[in-house]
Amino acid sequence: MELILEIVITAFLVIGGLFGLIGSFGLVKLPDQMTRLHAPTKAATLGVGGVLLASVLWFGFFGEHASWHELLIVIFLFLTAPITGLMIAKTNIHLTWRAEDLPDPGPDMHWATYGDSAEQSLMDMDQDSDRPKRENHF
Amino acid sequence: MILYALYFALSCFGIAQLFCVYRIIVGPGVGDRILALDTMSINFIALIGLFGVTFNTSMYFEIMLLFAMVGFISTVAYAKFLLRGDVIE
Repeated sequence: MELILEIVITAFLVIGGLFGLIGSFGLVKLPDQMTRLHAPTKAATLGVGGVLLASVLWFGFFGEHASWHELLIVIFLFLTAPITGLMIAKTNIHLTWRAEDLPDPGPDMHWATYGDSAEQSLMDMDQDSDRPKRENHF
Repeated sequence: MILYALYFALSCFGIAQLFCVYRIIVGPGVGDRILALDTMSINFIALIGLFGVTFNTSMYFEIMLLFAMVGFISTVAYAKFLLRGDVIE
């Protein structure tokens, strides 16, 4: 029984460490700013999840007392990783592309981040003078 | 067996931190640097958890939770600042 537990915890640790390493290696290796966004938001989050799951198992069977605290952090990370990915992708779009350069989303559709109802970026307002200029509160 | 796996995972995340530092220093754009900082905070959470297992204390849990929250909020604040020119409007 103890040997099976040790093997399971070791597997979680090794897989989590490898995924974390691969996720951060993708940050260095991938060529484009947008492709670079894939590796850390998916692989590194999975690696942290594996390591924290191993930590939960270890504290439950070998440590002082069982604690489910780490699962809270795993859930928090899994919830927040897509939001950070979305925010950074939006920043990349507004910093490097203009609305005309983006691929066509199809008939009767438009890019939501450039729509009228969406938030307007300060950098776009400098380029297009027909939009209303927002007052700065720096 | 678990000890060697712990050392392996610790060295993996240490090398991952070095990759992130490389991207922060070299990275051509601001978005790359924000992403590398976010990845650094996520990797650091795993490092703290591994230290907690190594030293057999659950004291590090609060530090991990604080790091997760501060890392997420700082990343969103950076991106928001670049998007809107202001964090809180």
